[in-house]
Amino acid sequence: MNNMTTTSSTHRKRALFLSLIPGLGQLYNRQYMKAIAFFILTVSFIIAFKDLLNMGLWGIVTLGEKLPRDHSIFLMVEGIIAILVLVIGLTVYALNLYDAHVNGKKRDMGLRLHSIREQYRNVVDTGFPYLMLSPGVFLLIFVVIFPILFVILLAFTNYDLYHSPPAKLVDWVGIQNFIDIFRLDIWRRTFISVLSWTIIWTFVATTIQIAIGIFLAVLLNQKDLKFKKVFRTILILPWAIPAFVSILVFAGMFNETFGAINNDLLAAVGIDPIPWLTSPFWAKVALILIQSWLGFPFIFAMVTGVLQSIPDEQYEAATVDGATMLQKFRTITLPMILYAIAPILITQYTFNFNNFNVIFLFNGGGPPMPGQTAGSTDILISWIYSLTLESKQYAKAAAVTMVLSVIVISVALWQFRRTKSFKEEDII
Amino acid sequence: MNMKKQKIIRLTLSYIAIFIALGIVIYPVLWIVGSSFNPGNSLSGSTIIPKNATLAHYKELFDLEQSNYLKWYWNTLKICTITMVLSVTMIALMGYTFSRYRFVGRKNGLMTFLILQMIPNFAALIAIYVLAVQTGLIDTHLALILLYTGGLLPMNTWLAKGYFDTIPKELDESARIDGAGHFRIFWQIILPLAKPILAVIALFSFITPFADFILAKVILRSEEKYTLAVGLYNLVAKQFGAEFTKFAAGAVLIAIPISLLFLSLQRYLISGLTAGGTKG
Repeated sequence: MNNMTTTSSTHRKRALFLSLIPGLGQLYNRQYMKAIAFFILTVSFIIAFKDLLNMGLWGIVTLGEKLPRDHSIFLMVEGIIAILVLVIGLTVYALNLYDAHVNGKKRDMGLRLHSIREQYRNVVDTGFPYLMLSPGVFLLIFVVIFPILFVILLAFTNYDLYHSPPAKLVDWVGIQNFIDIFRLDIWRRTFISVLSWTIIWTFVATTIQIAIGIFLAVLLNQKDLKFKKVFRTILILPWAIPAFVSILVFAGMFNETFGAINNDLLAAVGIDPIPWLTSPFWAKVALILIQSWLGFPFIFAMVTGVLQSIPDEQYEAATVDGATMLQKFRTITLPMILYAIAPILITQYTFNFNNFNVIFLFNGGGPPMPGQTAGSTDILISWIYSLTLESKQYAKAAAVTMVLSVIVISVALWQFRRTKSFKEEDII
Repeated sequence: MNMKKQKIIRLTLSYIAIFIALGIVIYPVLWIVGSSFNPGNSLSGSTIIPKNATLAHYKELFDLEQSNYLKWYWNTLKICTITMVLSVTMIALMGYTFSRYRFVGRKNGLMTFLILQMIPNFAALIAIYVLAVQTGLIDTHLALILLYTGGLLPMNTWLAKGYFDTIPKELDESARIDGAGHFRIFWQIILPLAKPILAVIALFSFITPFADFILAKVILRSEEKYTLAVGLYNLVAKQFGAEFTKFAAGAVLIAIPISLLFLSLQRYLISGLTAGGTKG
């Protein structure tokens, strides 16, 4: 048996070799319909996309050579499309090689090949999942994957206000943008101050909102407390009101001329007005307070759900053993909560890391910092926004985006490694 | 006796803490409601319960000649509804396929979705802006709908797949033996069983575009195309304080229906989120 397969391995090799020209291998395997299909597909692919591939690949390499004929950004877009088309083409080509090889192998082993009818059924059965996926995948490619590829490419160009089509060409500059961000004084100083505030913001704001959420949930879980339902509903309100509305309302409340915080609350206890919007320090404090208000109800709701599922027996046993309330909280309640909502807690951190709304709507990232390209409360994502839409530093913004994405993806990967369903799928 | 005293102290402290929290939560709400009834345009010299309360600001918002507010409301509801329908359809198809079929590229596909859901889609802000300008899709609702739908797909497909995985496969198989085709099994047998998760996903896909500010701000340019988030921001940003009472009325009119909707559906939302958190 073993001997036989080695001596008669010729079919599979010959079919594989012949199908370097798509269709020939199938012809050799006497699967005429399939051969014709592959051949026609290849020819029409070449005819239809020859120009696009030619132009696109040239464009993405050079980004245009002559003005006003060439528009660098259009060329880049075309280039990405050309690459995507090429990838699809190569996939079909690989499929053709694979098919010829598999059927050649079947002949080597003396097996019967599928008839046309069987092949048709086969195509319908294997094709159905792809058919179901196609609308979603198509959309994803264009609105999610395409922009990501575009950002990655932009990070290696000099696209900005002064190198902006159609008046000027854009050029590849390698990793110059990254070097600039870490080496040029004005960029480095801004980058470091924005990054450090982003990290402080993420940790302080998120931790406070989690702590308040857990504290209130535990407080409201006491058996002998009355009106729990009403209290809970009211405490969830900040989550129910759309965040952009609340943040804008807070921007009004913290306003230095007419806001209620300075005029009503602080004045009532005799504290002088605080410059919430014009002092970097107080603006940061205000932001953290606002985010605590916005974020705690979500944690509160989650933890309430967990607490209601902890069996009473555990507490009763602890009481019999003479545990104090604090001990019960530390050894039973807190571990249960953290275990149950750990993944959600981590998404809270990544959410605040990218919490553009609260930063931008409260004070637009301000107050401005002298000698820097970002405001003093700008986090990375809001800095990217102002680099893109205000100072038109597209390439620099793209480079910062890549730094940001690397951070977010590493944290998220670390998190998902530990969750259950991905283990079940054994993907990672 | 000592036990009883302890209990009273504990409960009193708890009530004090709870009432402080309730106060902090409610104060901004009362303040904005009070502001919206305040006569005049600015807030200087106002009190939280206005003396000559007026409905003028609400009337102004409903007057199509004086404000675009109703248009913004309509735009937002339109965008949210279309996004919801599109994404629920695509997510149901994809989640089912990933759950039931074994095909070449399945694992890579799931892995790609996993990575994509980690990057918020506004991270590609620059690309979205530049591409929208170049393709002429800037300042259109179509661009927003496509972006929102695309952004919702990766995470919610995982969510849907997780739910489909819990529906027994024997159902598919017995239907297949009875001669049902691929699509019929999906449409008539599995889909009705997946209603709970589809409802959660529908809720997510409605709320996400509603709450979004950044993409709408990047894409939309002309005032009559704004969504509520961008419109309300502009009411404030244009001349802060000068139109604050009108803004307050606008804010109240958004907050009330949305919070009512939210509070009534809250249970489903939490169930979806916990499923998403622990299962993927």
